[in-house]
Amino acid sequence: MSELSRYREHIGRTAPPLVLEVERGHVRRFVEAIGDTNPIYVDEPAARAAGFERIPAPPTFATALRPPDPRQGLDIDFRKVLHAEQEFVFARPIFVGDRLTVQAKIVVADVKAGRSGVMDRLVVETGACDEKGAPVYVARSTVMVRR
Amino acid sequence: MTPKWDEIESGNEPPPLVIGPVTRTDFVRYQGASGDMNPIHHDEEFARAAGYQAPLAVGMFQAGVLNSWATHWLGPANVRRSRVRWKEQVWPGDVLTCSGKVVRKYEESGERRVDLELSCTRQTGGLAVQGWMTFVVP
Repeated sequence: MSELSRYREHIGRTAPPLVLEVERGHVRRFVEAIGDTNPIYVDEPAARAAGFERIPAPPTFATALRPPDPRQGLDIDFRKVLHAEQEFVFARPIFVGDRLTVQAKIVVADVKAGRSGVMDRLVVETGACDEKGAPVYVARSTVMVRR
Repeated sequence: MTPKWDEIESGNEPPPLVIGPVTRTDFVRYQGASGDMNPIHHDEEFARAAGYQAPLAVGMFQAGVLNSWATHWLGPANVRRSRVRWKEQVWPGDVLTCSGKVVRKYEESGERRVDLELSCTRQTGGLAVQGWMTFVVP
């Protein structure tokens, strides 16, 4: 007998979009936090010398751009949540100065049998578009919620 | 300078990156920069109440370090896709080794691309993060 997700009624639940500006100081703090010393993330001449018009952000910086969470208001105990998988698909790099419209949606709510029993799986898909409406990236975050 | 198409082959495996021992301060710094303020990564009591021995690392921290190892080699602007799967938790005091290799070199959608398989392992040999990345090679 297959069990049903406690969150199945929330598939498709979409949080409001948020316009986020990619700030230079934020990118600097982020690369310091992951220990990435590549000067192109902090120094405009270095970025230009590497062929960029503006300072780029590293790919996982996308997680630091946080729109409202569509899981907000759901009955989730965050002590029981594990980040299981993360995926990013890029149409282009993120640059300092980008004004991105970022919006997140629950796309999967099902159950998985794990080592410690049945867990609820939630996949949140976050899309970011630039001011022209062109897609920049899509992020998919999979979390498991222990019961 | 990132390598050119002719300079990359399947099986290429640059030297690994070793970081650590990682500390609670590393986790907190990452949390501040990323905005993920889950107390499980910095609040000892909260982490223990959740059944953990200590505050655990933010998964995206080690994933970010692992991605940096690859972008340092093939260029951050050239990433088309990046996927990670977390296997083992990372704890304060762990030493992490990030490595990877080219598993496929091909042309698709008019682009020259390479696929990488990556891993971030703990000092115990345990696999903390598995990763897959696709880069375009200009």
